Amino acid sequence: MASVAARELVDGEVVFVGIGLPNLACNLARATHAPRLVLVYESGAVGATPARLPVSIGDPALVTGSLMVCGMADVFQLILQNGRIAVGFLGGAQVDRYGNINTTVIGSYERPAVRLPGSGGAAEIAIHARRTLVVAKLSPRTFPAHVDFITSPGHGGAGASRRQLRMPGAGPVKVITDKAVLEVDEGTGELVLAALYPGVEASDVRGCVGWPLACRPRPGRVAPPDATELRLLRDVLDPERLYLKG
Amino acid sequence: MSDVSKVVSMRDAVARFVHDGDTVVIEGFTHLICFAAGHEIIRQGRRDLTLCRLTPDLIYDQMIAAGCARKLVFSWAGNPGVGSLHAFRRAVEGRGAPRLEIEEYSHFGMVARFAAGAARLPFWPLRNYMGTDLPRVNPRIRHVTCPYTGEALATVPALNPDVSIIHAQRADAQGNTQIWGLLGVQKEAAFASAHVIVVVEELVDEAVIRADPNRTVIPALIVDAVVVEPWGAHPSYAQGYYDRDNGFYVAWEARSRDRDALERYLDDFVRGVSDRAAYLEKQPDLAARLKAKERRCAGVNYGF
Repeated sequence: MASVAARELVDGEVVFVGIGLPNLACNLARATHAPRLVLVYESGAVGATPARLPVSIGDPALVTGSLMVCGMADVFQLILQNGRIAVGFLGGAQVDRYGNINTTVIGSYERPAVRLPGSGGAAEIAIHARRTLVVAKLSPRTFPAHVDFITSPGHGGAGASRRQLRMPGAGPVKVITDKAVLEVDEGTGELVLAALYPGVEASDVRGCVGWPLACRPRPGRVAPPDATELRLLRDVLDPERLYLKG
Repeated sequence: MSDVSKVVSMRDAVARFVHDGDTVVIEGFTHLICFAAGHEIIRQGRRDLTLCRLTPDLIYDQMIAAGCARKLVFSWAGNPGVGSLHAFRRAVEGRGAPRLEIEEYSHFGMVARFAAGAARLPFWPLRNYMGTDLPRVNPRIRHVTCPYTGEALATVPALNPDVSIIHAQRADAQGNTQIWGLLGVQKEAAFASAHVIVVVEELVDEAVIRADPNRTVIPALIVDAVVVEPWGAHPSYAQGYYDRDNGFYVAWEARSRDRDALERYLDDFVRGVSDRAAYLEKQPDLAARLKAKERRCAGVNYGF
């Protein structure tokens, strides 16, 4: 997942890095095909070049050797709301048919079965970044037809479109899972099957999502991580397996 | 400004400026979170506090477990890179713990609340929250029509705490406070507050501050008390002084999940010690594990 996500990033882009696997993917991209990727962390580090994989997005290694360190009011107003972020990178406990992401509660808000951390910067990233990438493991629990709570908005479904709601960014355009890559269909706003991992069939993916999943006419095949990516991930970027679990 | 020193002990600062029922902010985004102040508030048995922070972190999890909080105002309540804050979850999920009232925003919303409070405005506009469920569950997120463009903008109300507690690398005895590394929303939180307690790793002469005035984030004119508390942010960190104790954060997952283990921690390291010095004496290995390596900057010419 980390290597597939890393390949989505274009050298020189400005990326707003979320916590967890996105953090690993961005640092892998920087170590491989995108050395000039500009990593912006909501903690205020701009152009970070962390010498160790940050455990949190407020790690001191993000500061040492970065291009700029600013307050969080500047991060959200002068960088994100100003339109300077090309790619936002989010994870989620639930992702639904229309790319809405839930990181707030499982169950009702007032009496949650599971209380999750909440938005952090995710709501505004999904609204403002020019495009948003999502990483999440594929399972029926994680991909219901409708999320229990919309923390970060996707594509509106039957309701108002992003344009009608005056959202500046394109929102979640691609969801990278451990079995397949889903993309948003521009006509319907639905997530559709775009590419499969080696050895995975479309039916395997359909069994893991809570809606009748449409498929691109000719879904692509995702290349497995190459030797360089694997070595970097396992030996250099995450030797303690902070993010590479299972 | 008077030249009388504002340096006091943590015990005196908390006794004087943190009262039952107050709205209290201990800020710091991962960096410079003042655990020393949170622990003293627990020791003094404060109750019914409205605790505000973007990321409640382990310190508010401890204060919630200790019964200090009536309400939490926040935007991301997790253990960064690890998992959950289990005392917080028990209180919100209603699993045997007293219910905690919550008021929830996103980071941008909390930042904007402090910015409004700091500027003494009633609210702050932001282009945000369209398409999300946050305004549905938080009626204090509202909208205003821009008088110039007609655009509907989200608004959040000013946050003006009774007291903000800000950890920093250094300050002089008047409270001129210098911070480097991640700055979070400390400046906005401090200016928004009725009272400000600054807690520092090092007390320095005013000449040190004057030699590098661009590094001053909080000026003495808004500071009520200065507390000198080396390692006062542990297990959070202070750039250039000590690293984050990631092992402590990882261990918090199991410790906070088990209510008894959490209580034992509070008994041993918070209620069972008299002050921060005693807390540090129980952990003599911290410097060997976490002391920061040298990475000095060259400095600039302020001459004219």
